[in-house]
Amino acid sequence: MNKYEPVIGLEVHAQLLTETKAFCGCSNKFGDQPNTNVCPICLGHPGSLPKINKKMVEFAVMMGLATNCKINFKSSFARKNYFYPDLPKGWQTSQFDEPICSNGFLEITADNNLRTIRINRIHMEEDAGKLIHDETGFSLVDLNRCGTPLIEIVSEPDLQSPHEAFQYLSKLKQILLYLNISDCNMEEGSLRCDANVSVRLTGDKSLGVKTELKNMNSFKNVEKAIQKEIERQIDIIEEGGKIIQQTLLWDADKEEIKIMRTKEEAHDYRYFPEPDLLPVIIDDVWKNELMSKMPELPDVRRKKFSNLYKLPEYDCEILTSTKELADYFESAAKHSDDFKSISNWVMVEVLKFINENNLSVNQFRLSPINLGKLINLINDKTISNKIAKDIFAELIERNIDPLIIIKEKGLTQINDSKFIEEIIDRVIKSNQEQVKQYLAGKDKVLGFFVGQIMKESKGKANPQSVNELLINKLSLMKN
Amino acid sequence: MIYKNHKQKIELIKSGKISLKQNVADFLLNIKKNEHLNAFNFVFEDSASEVDLIERKIKTGKHGKLAGMVIAVKDVISIKSKPLTCSSNILIGFEAVYNATVVEKLLQENAILIGKTNCDEFAMGSSNENSAFGKVLNPVNNDYVPGGSSGGSAAAVAANLCDAALGTDTGGSIRQPAAFCGVYGLKPTYGRVSRYGLTAFASSFDTIGPFAKNIDDIALILETISGNDNFDSTFVNSEIHSFSEKISSERKFKIGLPKEYFSDGLDDEIRKIIFEHVEILKNAGNEVTEISLPHTEFAIATYYILTTAEASANLSRFDGAHYGLRSKNASNIDEMYKFSRTEGFGEEVKRRIMLGTYVLSSGYYDAYYKKAQKVRSLIKSDFDNAFKEVDIILTPTTPTAAFKIGEKSENPLEMYLSDIYTTSANLAGIPAINVPIGFNKIGLPIGMQLLSKQFDELSLLQLANILSTN
Repeated sequence: MNKYEPVIGLEVHAQLLTETKAFCGCSNKFGDQPNTNVCPICLGHPGSLPKINKKMVEFAVMMGLATNCKINFKSSFARKNYFYPDLPKGWQTSQFDEPICSNGFLEITADNNLRTIRINRIHMEEDAGKLIHDETGFSLVDLNRCGTPLIEIVSEPDLQSPHEAFQYLSKLKQILLYLNISDCNMEEGSLRCDANVSVRLTGDKSLGVKTELKNMNSFKNVEKAIQKEIERQIDIIEEGGKIIQQTLLWDADKEEIKIMRTKEEAHDYRYFPEPDLLPVIIDDVWKNELMSKMPELPDVRRKKFSNLYKLPEYDCEILTSTKELADYFESAAKHSDDFKSISNWVMVEVLKFINENNLSVNQFRLSPINLGKLINLINDKTISNKIAKDIFAELIERNIDPLIIIKEKGLTQINDSKFIEEIIDRVIKSNQEQVKQYLAGKDKVLGFFVGQIMKESKGKANPQSVNELLINKLSLMKN
Repeated sequence: MIYKNHKQKIELIKSGKISLKQNVADFLLNIKKNEHLNAFNFVFEDSASEVDLIERKIKTGKHGKLAGMVIAVKDVISIKSKPLTCSSNILIGFEAVYNATVVEKLLQENAILIGKTNCDEFAMGSSNENSAFGKVLNPVNNDYVPGGSSGGSAAAVAANLCDAALGTDTGGSIRQPAAFCGVYGLKPTYGRVSRYGLTAFASSFDTIGPFAKNIDDIALILETISGNDNFDSTFVNSEIHSFSEKISSERKFKIGLPKEYFSDGLDDEIRKIIFEHVEILKNAGNEVTEISLPHTEFAIATYYILTTAEASANLSRFDGAHYGLRSKNASNIDEMYKFSRTEGFGEEVKRRIMLGTYVLSSGYYDAYYKKAQKVRSLIKSDFDNAFKEVDIILTPTTPTAAFKIGEKSENPLEMYLSDIYTTSANLAGIPAINVPIGFNKIGLPIGMQLLSKQFDELSLLQLANILSTN
């Protein structure tokens, strides 16, 4: 057992995929020309007033439902006051003592353990703009992002290792994507994570002094930074030092931790209720309506894949990793009963194509119907598995009934044993040397014959029949 | 002016007895003649450009409710492409990029906007002495203040520089200057008139309302600026009365006189004139009783804690980063904030920002802000209880008539106490009006305040109308 154990809590910010910003009608699109998606409201002009984006509220509630949270009947916005040029009003509109969701949990699997990670709260807030520091020493402000709706998901300090933090983040991301409420792009900043880290003697009940880690731009970096921070804290304690409460920045290039500010320099945000907005009331009617709109979530879907399609745990995990892939599988499963074959084709051929071409599942052209048909054609022996793989690229390209391609190319599998026997006879006749070898006990030559026969049949001969008939013929020659 | 209200003005224009063009030109000339009052920060010399069109509309009968009404707008309200300064150096040079909802509504009804009026900086003050554009003089007697913060609007109406004006009222900023200048001034129910485009001082208190010389025009402007808005979440979709058609009424009112408002601090002359009017109302068949609003004494303290708290956040946006004044002496970001705000804001504004920052600070929040919120609900329930018994509460608008320029400017606390009768309406969100009821011995105007329950402006207008015809 380790002498020390880490205690980790995560604060995750996710930008929401709403059409418009949190409190005004401006477009919420990423990557447009700087300062084009702005209006008097998000620019903080005198006299402008905020108005709550209903979609933001709905998305926050959906995330709360997906993470087993209590959806609070009444929640309210507050002003978080601080000065920075990316914040034109001088405060961030956020939620403070009355968040929209509270007391949830998430189940994760880490090192084969099922762990329950409690969620303290989910609240809504707006993003700030972006500062760009140019080479000439000027700082430029782009306020397109200013007012983008965010949810902040705050966990309890229940995570016990950097790996668990990684798994928890992966799970959150998976759910956000399933709900289609965030694109979770960490590089573009649409998903951000801060970590609170402390260590204590293993088994100790009280918490150690925590530090807050910021600026980690990938899940891997979160894992690495937490690991580094745990080691740093243990080193300090081992040397007889004390941990100071402070905010730290992760430098991903140097893989180093830097001090950003200590507790004494911490802001007093002077939170108070936002007088320009009325409280958000979520009654049962609204809550039920949102509940009915919830998609099947990953955990439920994984169980369903196991029970309904009788797929191995591994397949279930992969196929339900994203909603799109799971949807794809399920659509295909409506057109073929051979669920395991569909699973194999999706996990191997489909994912290979998608990954090689850097596509999303939605961009993948072959419809699940045509994939189902392809699998049926293999199963009813119209084509061999090999032919199916040979034509797969063309099938994706054209996205048509695979039977059309097979007919065009005359690739229908030959199951007629008389025809196959004729080819076998021809091949045996012209390869007497190999026959001798086989008869002398060199079984490996069998592969050679199969190859030749398949070649003669242009790959169309049913490989199973070829095998059987060939062995029959050769063994007859043995006697 | 040769017309007694807007209705008559339209008739005179229609019949060709007066020319709107000439009327606007007269106002512009009058503004010039009275430049010493300093009532305007900006005069729209080009106001005449739309006059011909509006005059034609009036003559063909296809005109809006306020067609040809010449209105001045307090310089804390946005008018597109016009300067918006809030009488502050920090906004010198700033031009609004959009119309406030009230401005949209005025323009839709063919009003003519003649300029932006001077006021206390960011509407903080009770004398209009805190302005980057200099103090405003009371047109009745130039040695006296016009009141504040909407001093320019009150003075402009009193001095015939326009037909009417918009002001804003956060703690008395319409009613108190209306009383000091001897005009009508109405503070509507919080939530009746959209605040979109009003530079926020204290968001949960701010209201926009009209000044006029007659109660009919007050009613007409109120019904125009009320009503639907897509921007203000605190706007309440209440019934919009056609106030102007309903203000003459045979109704008898139950009127309450809160004893807390007639205590020692009240000027004797004001008390006397008020009670003369109470007699008039009694004689007209209205019932008058004494009532109590027990938490009145906490109003000023509660008001200054909550409004300064909200103001400290609302004024954060004036930081030199995005628009308005940026100090030329700053060499880094901290200095940009510090110097811009130090150079840009006046003393009173700084005082309130600091007070507001203090009451919201961690460790003090519960003792001040939270406590004040609780007292605010008590004050509200005082009024709720009172309005179970009476239709209207009648009080003096101010404890004294206008004071001399400079008299209170060195003593902020004394200045704050001039709002002692007006802040409660803002704490409770209820409507209130100043009715001019006469003059004291030295000729300064005296005002009476009427208050009613939320969204019952009609009662205020009806009772004020009874007084105006008696």
